[in-house]
Amino acid sequence: MKTFRIGGVHPEENKLSAGKKIEVMDLPKQAIFPLSQHIGAPAVPCVAKGALVKVGTKIADAGGFVSAPIHSSVSGKVAKIDTVIDASGYRKPAIIIDVDGDEWEPSIDRSTNIVHDTPLEPKEIVARIQEAGIVGMGGACFPAHVKLSPRTPVDVVIINAVECEPYLTADHSLMMEKSEEILIGVNLIMKAVGVKKAYIAIENNKPDAIALMQEKAKGFVGIEVCPLRVKYPQGGEKQLIDAVVNRQVPNPPALPADVGAIVQNVGTAFAIYEAVMKNKPLFERVVTVTGKSVAEPKNLLTRMGTPMSMLIEKAGGMPEDTGKVIGGGPMMGKALLNTDVPVCKGSSGILLMTEKESLRGEAQPCIRCSKCVTVCPMGLEPYLLQKLSEHTEWERAEAEQIMTCIECGSCQFTCPAHRPLLDWIRMGKGTVGGIIRARAAKS
Amino acid sequence: MSNKLKVSLSPHVHSGDSIRRNMDWVVVALLPAMLWSFYVFGLGAVIVTLTSVASCMLFEWAINKYILKNNKTTLSDGSAIVTGLLLAFNLPSNLPLYIIIMGALFAIGVGKMSFGGLGNNIFNPALLGRVFLLISFPVKMTTWPEPHQQNPFVYADATTGATPLADLQGANLGDLFFGNIGGSLGEVSALLLLVGFVILLIAKVISWHIPVSILCSAFVFGVVFYIIQGKMPFADICLLSLKHLLAGGMMLGAVFMATDYVTSPMTHKGMLIYGACIGFLVVCIRLFGSYPEGMSFAILIMNGFTPLINNACKPKRFAKEVKK
Repeated sequence: MKTFRIGGVHPEENKLSAGKKIEVMDLPKQAIFPLSQHIGAPAVPCVAKGALVKVGTKIADAGGFVSAPIHSSVSGKVAKIDTVIDASGYRKPAIIIDVDGDEWEPSIDRSTNIVHDTPLEPKEIVARIQEAGIVGMGGACFPAHVKLSPRTPVDVVIINAVECEPYLTADHSLMMEKSEEILIGVNLIMKAVGVKKAYIAIENNKPDAIALMQEKAKGFVGIEVCPLRVKYPQGGEKQLIDAVVNRQVPNPPALPADVGAIVQNVGTAFAIYEAVMKNKPLFERVVTVTGKSVAEPKNLLTRMGTPMSMLIEKAGGMPEDTGKVIGGGPMMGKALLNTDVPVCKGSSGILLMTEKESLRGEAQPCIRCSKCVTVCPMGLEPYLLQKLSEHTEWERAEAEQIMTCIECGSCQFTCPAHRPLLDWIRMGKGTVGGIIRARAAKS
Repeated sequence: MSNKLKVSLSPHVHSGDSIRRNMDWVVVALLPAMLWSFYVFGLGAVIVTLTSVASCMLFEWAINKYILKNNKTTLSDGSAIVTGLLLAFNLPSNLPLYIIIMGALFAIGVGKMSFGGLGNNIFNPALLGRVFLLISFPVKMTTWPEPHQQNPFVYADATTGATPLADLQGANLGDLFFGNIGGSLGEVSALLLLVGFVILLIAKVISWHIPVSILCSAFVFGVVFYIIQGKMPFADICLLSLKHLLAGGMMLGAVFMATDYVTSPMTHKGMLIYGACIGFLVVCIRLFGSYPEGMSFAILIMNGFTPLINNACKPKRFAKEVKK
């Protein structure tokens, strides 16, 4: 069974919500749309306070090429444009809409029939995707149309359906219920970039999804399901390309396209289907609400802007002994300051951890066991990068390639001395990145 | 409710591995050889082991409390127990107690705590303790009780013999392998040390690289040197080189001493080089040096080179060779 070549760990999978049907989440009373839901320039509001909007109405324009527009997920009235604390923990500008009913833009095809063909040309497909505000839905939120406009020719599309983060099942449930639509979406991506071959990469802890997608893929030319051995961080773009087609993307500024590959998340493929075939912009997504203490772990089809607290209520409420609430999975997710933050385009899950689970072990001295070196998927030496960051030896840290760290957390996960390796490495990356930018600005 | 949420950076889960778990598994892996030494050498082995472990723990605790004035004890990480056991494994079973206590003081005091405690020492503490004793008490450290004394409950009153290394050609291969020979406590049974190796591998405490490269390299260099000497037929050379792997501290050193986390290299490539050099050095010392046994010195010398090996041997970086 295929997998990536360097390092990796296997955390407890804990897919508590696996096999649960996708439920439709209730509408919020008020929806919050942060203007920065993607990598790149923040979106620019195109509605004013008091404006009436429908479901699917564009409320903010893209702030540049590497950016994405934002559409309302509810119908109602723009209450204000203000700053709110989002999942990053920082106060950021956002559009806040008071919900009144559920009236959709008439241009959206709300029927359940599946559309297979489109006369659209590749450029028009990319334009639709751009206009629909679609970003990478695995969590990185990179605008999809940018990836679909590669600067070098590509020969393979890889659909990321590995869902290597423990607990999360949003992609899994989507594949079980929307397999046909996903495959059409994959076809659209292939058409958009002029590629004849696509792989749907699924880890083999989801045998039902592998079987279903393999069955359905028979009806499509050039789409193949690629089962992968369970290993974290297989969902990392570089690791996934290595695992599926055995190519390693060099360090930045190289992009996956430079080795001829384009990676899109399976949720993104579904969103692309809806945008192109149903004229539906990206305003809802599947969110997993889970945790060992959660009464009913669920996969919820949620409108963007819904406060996470509502989803937690839907799953049985926040247990008394909750210590941490994480937006995303336990390996790379962000611990939330409060649960009022809205669901955004990249919100794949909400994970509740008990007081006990959320405590870190006490850090002990490094015993140089080399386990962090063995598991690092980028072939780095986390123990060394941590020490260099701690001692502010930035030149050496740069020479030891600190900037290629993908922050997957495998080192810290595995460290028997419970050392906060990644905390230090992140700090080092921040400083070294600043030094590199300053140097570039000077020359 | 929300204002008491904890916030920290990812990752939010941990493998559950700990220093203590690794140390505990080392102790478990040492158990077969330890119990065998109790059986072979009787009460003496028990007393030596207990004395060594107890004094290592005592010195670590005392140095922490009275010299370094740390409020927190570091005993709970289990490393002092492992040092104590490994030191005992390197001692004859009739060694006077005061010598053992001195060895423990040197191992913990000089070998470990003076460098800053666990994780900071350059040399393997137990080996430093042993070598200190070997140089200070050369006679007592190199005369070992014969196995299976008539009365196993007698301490420090035994007929003693030299190491089989002094007359390796006469030693029986089976005796060497199963441990029916004289020697330091833990080094007599190659078989049970290999059982320990398997335990460490299964528990994922160590990787195979260091022990395997030491044994392979020692065997190869043994064969090469004997061929150069040219006194024996090839079959005898191979047999003798094999006996080298089973005799003396070779197996104990390869499995338990050279693999010490703190003092061995960080990358698999580095580990292979480190192991190969140890194998080379130990054969050199055994064949050409003035000591019959060279394992301790070989490992300590390579401990000293470990930082350089770490600098020279980087892991294979992602996308080092771009494959398209």
